[in-house]
Amino acid sequence: MKEFPGCTGLILNEPLLWERGKKGRCGMSLPGRDVQPSPLPEDLIGEPPDFPDLSEVEIVRHYTRLSQWNFGVDSGMYPLGSCTMKYNPKINDKLARLPGFASAHPLLPSDLAGGALRLIFELERFLAEITGMDAVSLQPAAGAQGELAGMLMIHAYHKSTGSPRTKIIVPDTAHGTNPASAALCGFQPVNVKSNEQGILSTEAIAQVMDENVAGIMVTNPNTLGLFEENIREIAEIVHAKGGLVYCDGANMNAVMGIVSATDMGIDVQHLNLHKTFSTPHGSGGPGSGPVCVTKQLEPFLPIPRVIVQNDEYILTEDFPRSIGRLHAFYGNFGVMVRAYSYILSMGRELKRASQLAVLNANYVKEMLKGVLHLAYDRPCMHECVFSDKIQKEHKIATVDIAKRLIDYGFHPPTIYFPLVVSGAMMIEPTETECKEDLDLFIDALKAIDLEAKEDPQLLRDAPLRCKVRRMNETEAARHPCLAG
Amino acid sequence: MRYLPHTDEDVAAMLEVVSAASLDDLYATVPEDCRRTGELDLPGPLTEWELEERLADLARMMAVAPDYKVFVGAGSYEHLIPQSVVHLISRSEFVTAYTPYQPEISQGTLQAIYEYQTLVARLLGMEAANASMYDGASALAEALLMAIRVTRRNKVALSQAIHPSYRQVVRTYLSPTGYEVLDLPYMANGRTDLSGLRSMDDLAACAIQSPNFFGCIEDLQPAADLTHDMGALFVTAFTEPLAYGLLKSPGSLGADIACGEGQSFGIPQSFGGPGLGVFASRMQYVRNMPGRLVGLSEDLDGKRGFVLTLATREQHIRREKATSNICTNGSLCAIAAAMQMASLGGTGLRELACLNHDKSEYLKNALAATGIEVAFSSPTFNEFVVEFPEGKATYRRLLEKKIVAGIPLSPHYSELENKYLLCVTEAKTRSDMDALVREFAS
Repeated sequence: MKEFPGCTGLILNEPLLWERGKKGRCGMSLPGRDVQPSPLPEDLIGEPPDFPDLSEVEIVRHYTRLSQWNFGVDSGMYPLGSCTMKYNPKINDKLARLPGFASAHPLLPSDLAGGALRLIFELERFLAEITGMDAVSLQPAAGAQGELAGMLMIHAYHKSTGSPRTKIIVPDTAHGTNPASAALCGFQPVNVKSNEQGILSTEAIAQVMDENVAGIMVTNPNTLGLFEENIREIAEIVHAKGGLVYCDGANMNAVMGIVSATDMGIDVQHLNLHKTFSTPHGSGGPGSGPVCVTKQLEPFLPIPRVIVQNDEYILTEDFPRSIGRLHAFYGNFGVMVRAYSYILSMGRELKRASQLAVLNANYVKEMLKGVLHLAYDRPCMHECVFSDKIQKEHKIATVDIAKRLIDYGFHPPTIYFPLVVSGAMMIEPTETECKEDLDLFIDALKAIDLEAKEDPQLLRDAPLRCKVRRMNETEAARHPCLAG
Repeated sequence: MRYLPHTDEDVAAMLEVVSAASLDDLYATVPEDCRRTGELDLPGPLTEWELEERLADLARMMAVAPDYKVFVGAGSYEHLIPQSVVHLISRSEFVTAYTPYQPEISQGTLQAIYEYQTLVARLLGMEAANASMYDGASALAEALLMAIRVTRRNKVALSQAIHPSYRQVVRTYLSPTGYEVLDLPYMANGRTDLSGLRSMDDLAACAIQSPNFFGCIEDLQPAADLTHDMGALFVTAFTEPLAYGLLKSPGSLGADIACGEGQSFGIPQSFGGPGLGVFASRMQYVRNMPGRLVGLSEDLDGKRGFVLTLATREQHIRREKATSNICTNGSLCAIAAAMQMASLGGTGLRELACLNHDKSEYLKNALAATGIEVAFSSPTFNEFVVEFPEGKATYRRLLEKKIVAGIPLSPHYSELENKYLLCVTEAKTRSDMDALVREFAS
């Protein structure tokens, strides 16, 4: 019998912050007072905030215990589809914390901020090279803001031609952020179904493309983990009617060094530095969502931009057709430092990273085919999508399989997404998982399949090894309690 | 490459399983005309040690403490962060997890965010706070979009004493959909002039920053009353939340939405990002709120726990009808902020806020004593505006002494020629300030 990572151990309870502490404690060393008090007018002063007072030891134990209730990439395999939970190199965190970066004020005169500006400039060039696009802005603070930047540029482009457009084509395999980002620009999403092969057909696009459609939002590879093989023809159809092609690059990890966005006919594409370029996901951010464009769209990139003038890196807002500013400063610089470091550590090996990511996904797909129902039996890119069709026979749903995986010591895949597959399980192993761990994961799912037949209640009760059991989410939404 | 675990043997065995002849063969579905020609033209790969050297060289080009004394705030503040917070926020269970989609193995993140939401709500005197936005600027833009949704009106009024970059971001977010942004000018005392507000019809929101961009503490209550009279929502913004350790909270002064930047709490300045978009509102508007929310719940055994909740507002369910497109936000920064707020406690926060205020008053008074004009008479928190008689020349002269004496305001306010915005926090000592005054007077 193989030993799976899932195990029970001593987990310590920990109350809420304000259920601890005593008035008058302080967990931080405040600097000494070297100036006289200079009171503000009484009418401006409020009550001190009702915060608990805790010592440093209490703080350290509190958050150490909390952290131990979490599962991260460093804990184990985290095959969350579309999220690229690859290993986050430790050296990159250290470099982002160098005082020259971490303590730098964003409004330093540019001759005193040359290091950061140069890093931004070079990272933009690296990303242009990797995507095959002409120009890049690192300003968007996350993927969804990168999408918004792309939509704003498409909006601004059409406005500049004197004929603004109102609709945007969004396939059913798109991330939920896509239609939401389009709506922020006032675009009406036009839904298009993927074909029986799980990709977009040229006919479907030709049918809806007209002079009122601003463009299309494609995810390539798409959320089924499949390469949109007709992308070039689709781009031609869209371009022929004056539209632009936006590519959601969340799945870039499959195709670094393999494809060229420009050759595919993409006009604008965002990237997620927290996916493809190994920056940590931070329990849900901060991320970074650079936006990459062709020459045609470059004038519309967000400001400010870093340029080189007289051999010096400077910031400029002198781009009159720009969509404007998206961030108080230049975006998530701390995340950029990590991505820059990753790219320098990998160099040309980025291509091999993509190849191995695709190899890992195909391996999992082949090994689990038949154990789980494979939604589209075709070669996949960096992720593959299964469903609960087989286990349904035993009244076992995707959620039960996912929760049982936790007991085996794995983070569940993305579940119930993409919506085009009922009961979807989207598995993205990433390239940093070794074969032995993939084999354990595969064995775990095989064991769960057996349990589904022999002891299905075990799955419905899962997980059994966590700090809490399944949570009552309905009640939480019905009577929201958002603060204590 | 140490991040790639595959041996040649592994690759061969796996290729056989997937019936591919080579790694290239895995891309059989990628049409020829979509492929790039040639290898990636990138530097590296560098060893860990070469990488450290290259990055250290870049970092050395930056003007930071202790070599430089930087008296700049304007939305990014130099505050001391205890090593305990640095250590705790580096725990990889927080760093390497993602959005807590599986609550059973994410209770650490969920409780930490629930505590963050609570501390923010208490600090701002609001009923509900979300799990965070990207930064203060996008938080303000989203607050105004939320007010537009709530009121179904089309115009917003923005004080010109709101951070200029925040106002730019608001315009970026609001312009494509045709919502109108109206300006409220500032008065000679540095506070917002509300006299024009009453004549603005169809107003969804009035937004005021306090302390404002000039450091001036705004008179929020009359602004709130007037805004409410007009049926609009009152939105308050901030770039320096530490001020609310001392000042009356926005909630107690009538704010419907309070939002801004939380970098001051435990987050390094990091050349402007990542920061923390803080966002709070009254409970009645919570279903219109953007962003993730963590709520209290129970598990099957009745044990206390936490979950992401009210997800039906969000993009992954509501798609184009969502309250925002935000997905990944700033969780790790929110947790850092909670750690810092908890480390300070109520008592420590009040003391630190007083110290910031008193130190900046010291510098303001010391500069005034040399004959320098303080531009605005309203009370300020830790920033203030002064006029340098010789403007740029004075500024450059101080730079040569490794003192960054604020930022010039003229690029943002053409009428404020030779006016500079200075900032003092607890990280500056009296002798740092004396040195600035001395150099200035010399």
